Amino acid sequence: MQSWFPPMASLSDTTQRSATISVLVDNEAGVLARVIGLFSGRGYNIDSLTVAPVDAGGRRSRINIVTSGTSMVIEQIKAQLDRLVPVHCVADLTMEGPHVARELALVKVIGVGEKRVEAMRVADTFRARVVDTTLGSFVFELTGATDKIDAFIELMRDLGLAEVSRSGIAALARGTRVI
Amino acid sequence: MAAELTQTGAEILLRALKDQGVEVIFGYPGGAVLPIYDALFQQNAIRHILVRHEQAAVHAAEGYARSTGRVGCVLVTSGPGATNAVTGLVDALMDSIPIVCLTGQVPTHLIGNDAFQEADTTGITRPATKHNYLVKRPEDLARVVHEAFYVASHGRPGPVVIDLPKDIVINKAPYTEPTVQHPSYRPRTEPEAGLIAKAIAMLKQAKRPIIYAGGGVINAGPEASEALTQFARLTGFPITNTLMGLGSFPSSDPQFLGMLGMHGTYEANLAMHGCDVMLAIGARFDDRITGRLDAFSQGSQKIHIDIDGSSINKNVPVDLPIVADAGKALGALLAAWNASDAPVDKPALTTWWRQIDVWRSKDSLKFNQDMKRGGIIKPQYAIKRLFELTKARGRETFITTEVGQHQMWAAQHYGFEKPNRWMTSGGLGTMGYGLPSAMGVQIAHPDALVVDIAGEASILMNIQEMGTLAQYRLPVKVFILNNQYMGMVRQWQELLHGSRYSETYSNALPDFVKLAEAFHATGMRAQSVDELDDVINAMLDCPTAVIADIAVDQAENCFPMIPSGAAHNEMLLGPEHEPSGVGVTDAGMVLV
Repeated sequence: MQSWFPPMASLSDTTQRSATISVLVDNEAGVLARVIGLFSGRGYNIDSLTVAPVDAGGRRSRINIVTSGTSMVIEQIKAQLDRLVPVHCVADLTMEGPHVARELALVKVIGVGEKRVEAMRVADTFRARVVDTTLGSFVFELTGATDKIDAFIELMRDLGLAEVSRSGIAALARGTRVI
Repeated sequence: MAAELTQTGAEILLRALKDQGVEVIFGYPGGAVLPIYDALFQQNAIRHILVRHEQAAVHAAEGYARSTGRVGCVLVTSGPGATNAVTGLVDALMDSIPIVCLTGQVPTHLIGNDAFQEADTTGITRPATKHNYLVKRPEDLARVVHEAFYVASHGRPGPVVIDLPKDIVINKAPYTEPTVQHPSYRPRTEPEAGLIAKAIAMLKQAKRPIIYAGGGVINAGPEASEALTQFARLTGFPITNTLMGLGSFPSSDPQFLGMLGMHGTYEANLAMHGCDVMLAIGARFDDRITGRLDAFSQGSQKIHIDIDGSSINKNVPVDLPIVADAGKALGALLAAWNASDAPVDKPALTTWWRQIDVWRSKDSLKFNQDMKRGGIIKPQYAIKRLFELTKARGRETFITTEVGQHQMWAAQHYGFEKPNRWMTSGGLGTMGYGLPSAMGVQIAHPDALVVDIAGEASILMNIQEMGTLAQYRLPVKVFILNNQYMGMVRQWQELLHGSRYSETYSNALPDFVKLAEAFHATGMRAQSVDELDDVINAMLDCPTAVIADIAVDQAENCFPMIPSGAAHNEMLLGPEHEPSGVGVTDAGMVLV
C-alpha cells in the first residue's frame, strides 16, 4: 500500500490539533538527532519526546513524539519522518484510533507542618508513591496521563513544590493493533 | 574462524566503489584521506579528477550524475574539506541528485578532541544530506559503502556522506559483497493500480487539462521522458516543464507551452491558472512554481505523482496523490489510457487549445534586438544565437548554467529536446554551480559539446576550476553574459527597492580574455551584435576550453515575471507589452 493520505478537505482545516506520533527506528548513532533536527529545521513543535530501545537485542528504538499543528503540518511531519532512512514505520496514534498515553513524573516537595501533611494527602488521592523522604521533603512518583500529572503539579505549587522531572509520554494503540 | 584479512580499509573502500560501478571520483586530498589517495595511486580502475575546491568536486559529481543518470562520487578530506563540500551537498539535496561523498575524519580515538582538521562532519551534514554515516568499525566499511549507493540512488535520489576516520581506512578490514536489500529503506516505486485508473478517469473527463512535469521525470531515467512524451502526444494535452524538468519533453513540440513559474511563459502560467485537471509528475509545487498559494490554480482537480510522499500535500493539497516512480507511473498511465474506452471531450479540448493559442500569441518571451552594426547585444539574443548555432552543428550538446538572469534566459530561450542535457542549480540556486558542473559533464561525455552559460558574477565563484579544465584538457565553453551587474538582484532592486542598486555592480571585473589565457584556455569577446555570431562560431570551433565574454545590455530585465506574492494571472510582462500594473504587496516583499 502507498502511505496513507488524508482526505483533501481535511488539509484545508486551519485549526491546530495535537498528535501523538510513534516512530520505530534503527537504534543507530545519530538517529535521535535526525528526528529532532527535522523538527527544528522545519519549524515543527515538539511538546513531548521519549526514546528507548524496545526490542530484546536493542536494535530498534521507539520514539514517541507529541506535536501540534494543522492537519497539513501534521501530515507533513509524518511524511518527513517516514522518509528518514533509519525509520521503519510512523504511526499517528491520535488519528489511527484510541490509544493510551502515560508519563511518569518525579515531584520534589519541600515543607514542614500542615503543608507537608496536605501534600501527603493529595499524593494519596492521586495514587502517587513516595520514593524518597526526609523530615523536610518528599519525592513523589506519579504515572498517568499528562493532564493528571499537570493537575498534581498544580496542586503541589502551594504545598512546597521545589522540582519536577517528567519522562514525556509513552504511548500504545488500544486493543490488538500494533504499529 | 574468519578468513585472514589481507586488505586495508582504503583498499576495501575502493573495491566497494568499483563493485558499485564507480569509474570517476572528483576529489581533493588532505591528511585524513592520505591512505585512500595512496590506494588510489596503486590502482587503475578508478580515475581521480583533482578539483581546485571541494565545493566544485560536488558540483562536478552532480554534473556527472545528471548527465549520465549514475551516482556521482566525491572524495574530500576532513574538517575544511568536508565543510567546503557542504554547499554542493545541499545543492544535490535540493535538486535530488545522487551523490556519494566520502569525507576523511580524524582517527576514531581523536574524535571529539578538537583535533587538527576535525569537524563534526556527520553533525554538520545531517540536514545537508539524504543520509550520512560515520564508519566506526572496519567490518562495517564495505556494507556502509554499498548501503550509501543504494540510498543515494533509490527513492528520491540525494547526496549521502560517508565519514571515514583515518584508522578505519588504514587498518585491515573484511569485504562484503553489495547488499540487495536495505533493512529499513525500501521506497515504493510501483503506483497502485486503482489510483492510476482514477487518474485516467479524471484525465479523460478533463476539459482544460495540463501536464506539469518536473525533474523527477528526468531522475526516473530517459525511459520516463520517453513515456511522458508518448503520453502527452497520445492525450494531446498541453504540457509545461519546471526548470528542473526541461528536456523531459521536446521543446520544439507544439504541445509544449514552455517553462512555468516565476519566469515561465504567459501561456504556461495562465494554462496552469485556468486548467480544470492538472497532472503533476515529479514536480513539487515549490514557491517558484506556484506564486501566491491561495491563488494557485484554484479551479483545478490535481493529480500528483511523486516518489517522495512528503512532496505531496506539502504546499498544495491535491485530490489524487500517487506515490510512485515517475517512469513506472507514466508507463501505467499509458497502458491504462489505451485500455480505457471512455471518450475524451474533444470539443472542449479544441476550445482549450484555442485559448492557449491566444495566450501564446502574446509572445511573452519577445525581445527587441537592435541589429544595426554596433548594436548592444540583448542577452536573450545571445542565448538564441548560441542555441541556433549549436543546433546547426548537430553535435551532442550539454548546457550548464550558473544562477541568475542568464540562467532564466537560458531556460527560456535554449530549446532542449532530450533529458539529461540541462544542468542547473534549481532548488538551492547556487552561484558557481555551472563551471564545475560542466567539468563533470565533460568528463562523462568527452566528445560532446559542453557549454556553461554564465554571468560575470557567478563565474567568479568557482573560477579556480579553469585550472582543472586545463589539467584534464576539458574543452568546456564558458559563455558569459556580462552585464556588469548581479543581474537578478539588480532587477529586484529596480522593481522592488526603488532602483537603489545596493552592492550589485560588478566592480573591478577581471579581463576575462586574459583570465582565460592565464589558465591555458582561449579567451574571446563580443562587444556588439555584429560580433556575436563570429565569437560563438569561434568558440564552438575551438578545440580548447574557452571563455567567451559577451557584453550584453546592462539594463535588460528577465520577463515575464510573477513577482513574489502574486498569482499566476498577475504576471509582469516586459516593456514590449502593456504594463500590467500589478505591484508587489507588502506580504510579497518579505518573500525571496
